[in-house]
Amino acid sequence: MATSYNAKDEDGHITVSGPGGGTLRSRKPENTAFKQQRLPAWQPILTAGTVLPAFFIIGLIFIPIGIGLYVTSNNIREFEVDYTGVDVSSPCFNCSQNYSWNSSRPCTCTIPFYLEQPYEGNVYMYYGLSNFYQNHRRYVKSRDDSQLHGDMDSLLTPSKECEPYAFHDKKPIAPCGAIANSMFNDTLELFYNDPNGTKVLVPLANTGIAWFTDKYVKFKNPGGDGANLTAVFQGTSKPVNWLKPVYELDKNSSNNGFINEDFIVWMRTAALPTFRKLYRTIKDAKVIPTLPSGNYTLEVVYNYPVRSFEGRKRMILSTISWMGGKNPFLGIAYVTVGSVCFFLGVVLLVIHHKCGNRNNSADISN
Amino acid sequence: MLRWIRQQLGFDPPHQSDTRTVYVANRFPEHGHYVPQRFADNRIISSKYTVWNFVPKNLFEQFRRIANFYFLIIFLVQLMIDTPTSPVTSGLPLFFVITVTAIKQGYEDWLRHKADNEVNGAPVFVVRSGSLVQTRSKNIRVGDIVRVAKDETFPADLALLSSDRAEGTCHITTASLDGETNLKTHFSVAETSVCQSVSQLEALQAVVECQQPEADLYRFVGRITVTQLGEEIVRPLGPENLLLRGARLKNTKEIFGVAIYTGMESKMALNYKCKSQKRSAVEKSMNTFLIIYLCILLFEAVLSTILKYAWQAEEKWDEPFYNQKTEQEKNSSPILKFISDFLAFLVLYNFIIPISLYVTVEMQKFLGSFFIGWDLDLYHEESDQKAQVNTSDLNEELGQVEYVFTDKTGTLTENEMQFRECSINGTKYREVNGKLVPEGMTEESPDGSTPQLMGEELLFLKAVSLCHTVQISYDQPDCLVGGGDPFSQVNGFSSSHMEYYASSPDEKALVEATKRIGVAFTCSNGETVEIKTFGKSEKYKLLHVLEFDANRRRMSVILQTPSGGQVLFTKGAESAILPFTTSGEIEKTRLHVDEFALKGLRTLVVACRHFRPEEYIDVDRRLNAARTALQQREERLQEAFSYIEKDLHLLGATGVEDKLQDKVQETIEALRLAGIKVWVLTGDKSETAVSVSLSCGHFHRTMNILELLQQRSDNECAEQLRRLARRIKEDNVIQHGLVVDGASLSLALREHEKLFMEVCKNCSAVLCCRMAPLQKAKVVRLLKTSPEKPITLAIGDGANDVSMIQEAHVGIGIMGKEGRQAVRNSDYAIARFKFLAKLLLVHGHFYYIRIATLVQYFFYKNVCFITPQFLYQFFCLFSQQTLYDSVYLTLYNICFTSLPILVYSLFEQLVHPHILQSKPALYRDISKNSLLSFRTFLYWTLLGFCHAFVFFFGSYILMGEDTTLMGNGQILRANRQLMFGNWTFGTLVFTVMVITVTLKLALETHFWTWMNHFVTWGSIAFYFIFSLFYGGIIWPFLHTQDMYFVFVQLLSSGSAWFAIIIIIITCLFPDVVKKVFYRHLQPTSTQKSQSLSIPQEQALSCMESLCCYQHGQSGCSRLARLMEQMTGQCRAGANQCTASSRSNRSWSDTENFYSNDRSILTLSPIESTHC
Repeated sequence: MATSYNAKDEDGHITVSGPGGGTLRSRKPENTAFKQQRLPAWQPILTAGTVLPAFFIIGLIFIPIGIGLYVTSNNIREFEVDYTGVDVSSPCFNCSQNYSWNSSRPCTCTIPFYLEQPYEGNVYMYYGLSNFYQNHRRYVKSRDDSQLHGDMDSLLTPSKECEPYAFHDKKPIAPCGAIANSMFNDTLELFYNDPNGTKVLVPLANTGIAWFTDKYVKFKNPGGDGANLTAVFQGTSKPVNWLKPVYELDKNSSNNGFINEDFIVWMRTAALPTFRKLYRTIKDAKVIPTLPSGNYTLEVVYNYPVRSFEGRKRMILSTISWMGGKNPFLGIAYVTVGSVCFFLGVVLLVIHHKCGNRNNSADISN
Repeated sequence: MLRWIRQQLGFDPPHQSDTRTVYVANRFPEHGHYVPQRFADNRIISSKYTVWNFVPKNLFEQFRRIANFYFLIIFLVQLMIDTPTSPVTSGLPLFFVITVTAIKQGYEDWLRHKADNEVNGAPVFVVRSGSLVQTRSKNIRVGDIVRVAKDETFPADLALLSSDRAEGTCHITTASLDGETNLKTHFSVAETSVCQSVSQLEALQAVVECQQPEADLYRFVGRITVTQLGEEIVRPLGPENLLLRGARLKNTKEIFGVAIYTGMESKMALNYKCKSQKRSAVEKSMNTFLIIYLCILLFEAVLSTILKYAWQAEEKWDEPFYNQKTEQEKNSSPILKFISDFLAFLVLYNFIIPISLYVTVEMQKFLGSFFIGWDLDLYHEESDQKAQVNTSDLNEELGQVEYVFTDKTGTLTENEMQFRECSINGTKYREVNGKLVPEGMTEESPDGSTPQLMGEELLFLKAVSLCHTVQISYDQPDCLVGGGDPFSQVNGFSSSHMEYYASSPDEKALVEATKRIGVAFTCSNGETVEIKTFGKSEKYKLLHVLEFDANRRRMSVILQTPSGGQVLFTKGAESAILPFTTSGEIEKTRLHVDEFALKGLRTLVVACRHFRPEEYIDVDRRLNAARTALQQREERLQEAFSYIEKDLHLLGATGVEDKLQDKVQETIEALRLAGIKVWVLTGDKSETAVSVSLSCGHFHRTMNILELLQQRSDNECAEQLRRLARRIKEDNVIQHGLVVDGASLSLALREHEKLFMEVCKNCSAVLCCRMAPLQKAKVVRLLKTSPEKPITLAIGDGANDVSMIQEAHVGIGIMGKEGRQAVRNSDYAIARFKFLAKLLLVHGHFYYIRIATLVQYFFYKNVCFITPQFLYQFFCLFSQQTLYDSVYLTLYNICFTSLPILVYSLFEQLVHPHILQSKPALYRDISKNSLLSFRTFLYWTLLGFCHAFVFFFGSYILMGEDTTLMGNGQILRANRQLMFGNWTFGTLVFTVMVITVTLKLALETHFWTWMNHFVTWGSIAFYFIFSLFYGGIIWPFLHTQDMYFVFVQLLSSGSAWFAIIIIIITCLFPDVVKKVFYRHLQPTSTQKSQSLSIPQEQALSCMESLCCYQHGQSGCSRLARLMEQMTGQCRAGANQCTASSRSNRSWSDTENFYSNDRSILTLSPIESTHC
């Protein structure tokens, strides 16, 4: 019989897919919770009812925390004095005019100030710099961590990241790089002017200001602990801007060379152009308070030029609390967020009461 | 190999001449002009790669992707110029992404290789050196004589030499090629058909010359030259001699054929074409977003560069004394510097383009698509078929469908024709238990078991059982072999041995019905047809077949009755026959036919014409003249046919029911509620189509049904369209349904596309009948390209739906009875139409929500990531200093934030699937790509920017500004005030960011399985552990030790913790407020149903979801068991957990599936109060 009878008006539009395809393994799928997307699950919905308690709890917790933080922060005493010497009237004006790094004749200036309240407990002394871009990329990378780790090879052939502070007079610079080269080198001394007229030197400790791990692990003098630093650094050059070579930073051998804490502190580059760095701690002396209120004199050996980039230099005295330094914003933030939460909690409560029932019973319109 | 390479490169055209010469059995002439030809071997290669070319080819293809190429460029830029980040930061993620993609593609290719090997290694029998040799399919060469046994597929394109039948014919079915299930007869030339054994074939000397391979399945031109006794006999070969690879031998014990086209040159392989890449709407918006982000990136980079130069104008900033430039920097040219600065900023900010977006999306789609195949609700028990995913690229498109185009036969209906009623000589009959019962009589008719069939009834039945093109397949193919063997009936074959094959299921149903009633069609060959009337066999001589064609819509046979008269039986659509009838109960029959059609039955009218001897001679002459005419044969045949098919005597009409599939009405109703417009496109006649539409709920009784039928001319059509449009406007309250037929449609589409679209859009249901396959595709394209650009879905089961399936955005194949053609060309294949509801409403919804959130979240988290870095530039003189350490930059996207979003995008369920299915209207919430609209995109992006501002300035105010970064390292040394540097600052921002970004996703997550818990909290924990580890040692090979102990120092500061907490809360809190407010003031229906979906007693608590494991899911269960032992048995908690998870499941509508699933391992939470 003929084969052309074709009841379905086929037009012969034919495409044949690949061979071997279409062999379907006819198999009933497994009935597991995973394959059927029936895994037991928690199905939270954010409704006023569910978030209300959270809001109130956050409000109730955050407000006291904020108040606590704010009070703590307020209890921290902080005193700041700018000794850049921009004004002609400023005691350091003369020194600030002197731009030279390597001036052999140190310029000294004295700034008197008055502490209204006594400072108790541990008191910290900082120096602060403004407009100083320690976070400039060229600056940040201009260091050689393996040299600072005490690696002898790197000591003599500093990384090229240190350029243009890697070699001086064909001798490797130790420590190399822009960061080390620009180390803060003012000397700050604090005197308490006793009411009876004598100037008492406030004892400042220059250790314990760097990270423990930096001092004992990350920074190492070449040749190990007991080595004679002068000999080890033989054949290297001091950074161009430094007055003294690195092995003469401190007389104390455990605070000399690369593990000098002033140096380590400086090497931790600041995040922002205005920063402060820990300079000294004032030991919790036997006398209470550590710094009684009264007149003080800050004696500055003014070496560090900042006028060229409109920088400022400050000395800061501060106590600390369990949560760190003075920071009123944290407390304020907590109080603000806490109260907003609480307020919105109330609003939601109203909404929940007014709309909650209606929504639950509402039908979905098709 | 070399040839292959040359062919691949296109140097070596595979065919030099126009014809190929095939020496049968490769017996080349010993003398004379023999030009060796090269043919492809019979290996089928669907795989893309080999072991050798995988790496280069795959890399090349991956880098053709614009995003990958972009990152490659960034990577190369980093290698070339001095950039702030090391090349590793972009190289490693790129490597990661490339590797993951390569692994996925490699795996898929491996599967293809496996399939290929299976096909290529299939055993075949080949005649070689005088005997039958078993070999593998791939070893067949052109010229080999292949033996194929019954029910085997042909391994190559063969020219039929001989079969086990004397006349050398065989029957094949090409269901897997073109979807036609009927048997087709193929012939061999007489000279070779005698060679029925191997030895005879051995003696055969023959050469086949034919055209070079081409893709057209129905075209083959060649000739065979057989040398017999020194004499060359040339015979033509045509498509009827060619057995195509992929077709199946039926009804014939064995055949021998010579391989003509092999392997990739076979017609099937040439027809293999890569499916055109369909891209989903989500992917398109994703690309738009990428471009927007590219603009943001360029803007940021340009702005930074300009500001940098503005700043640098003053020397005190450009080069202060403490930070001198090197000689090289001083000397480089300003233009070069400018460019390199710009590129450096580009590199610095390049992470704003989410590198892992593509790979995550791909993984999500690939892994997520398994859920469709695994779904028991999409599993059809009767046919043992589960849903099949052919492409995972379109998962989310299932959630976006606006128009569904569905085939009717086989898609809405079972395609299982059942003879139901007939009308004979003006009387209606029903078939009841194999008997014809006249209308009005019950089955238990008084006159008992054998109702006497009247002459007219008998004639009608005979006509039905004689006038068709049904083929018979027997278990023992004795009838056809025996030809006129008189014993064939005596030997007998019970009906169980007999199976009818027909291209039209209607014919099959009719023949089966007449057999049940008592007039059985038992045997046919080319010349005679035998029927058995109540056990008595009658033999008719087949004189002529007037084939069916779509224009006449009828077919006829002319037979010589046993008594010697000539009679014509004709059968066809009533409109094609009734006008030509002159006698019989015409009016009554017409009424009955309309009645049948209203019931949704497919109707055919049967008529006959008895010829007088002289009439027949005339007819015979005309037919023969037309058939042998050399010119205008078609027209002349038509003429002859219409001359013959007239003066008919009407016998009656048949009504065949195509049963509706299960739950079609519900499914269509659900789709309509979901805002999806359903169009039915069918080849059936309008009356049948309308009635089926009514019965399947596509049309409602209340609907105003508009008709655009049988439009002859353009103007008429336009006029009618305008009339319809007016009617719609006039009574716009009622729903409208539109019926269009193919001819009117083509008219409407030609000139009045806009008007037609106008009418269509206002109709809630459209039915197109009498559609040709290409017309179906045309309709789909018309809608697809209309101004709104709706997402279309086409669903069908047959080869005639393929064009439509390929045209639509989403093509769905029904695994029906009409071959696998549609399934193969579809994107998804399901067993029944009703599964469409779950596929769209549940799976589509889920996939869309998942991927939409995935895409938005990716952009969000990268904005969060990079914006602080941009802001930091304002504080470091635009020196391109990075805020974060390189390792953090590298790992952010591939480690710290990648898993939660992946798990979210695999498991998220916004609403319970049951709710989604029972409330189709929820589908409207996500229509029109609403979750990826520009507004939501803007919201996420702004949210990202806001969060980034809070991260940065929060850290800045709380820890930065003048109070400096400081903490008291109480853990390491009591009460020390320590200084933080830039790295600590960056780490603080990064820590806050990782936690916030992870928690933000947690806020979006509505479905917390243990896996979500694991990856969410695990990611944060991993970040902490990694950071501690990374900062914990001096890394020997790293150039700098910036991060040494930074993280520990940060965490050891009390105020840092306070800062982290407050910043996170500040970021997320407004988002929570916004969510809650929106939910209460403007809830979407999805949100409304969410609150319905989780009644309190059925919900798992957060802690329980951590501990309710599915048994055997992962190693976690083992760990959990361990934990259980450690913490002590905690029955109460465990029971609660079981109870809640069970009750959670119990209210699914597919309860029976869950009955055997009680193997949930439950564990008590450690924190449970009972412990």
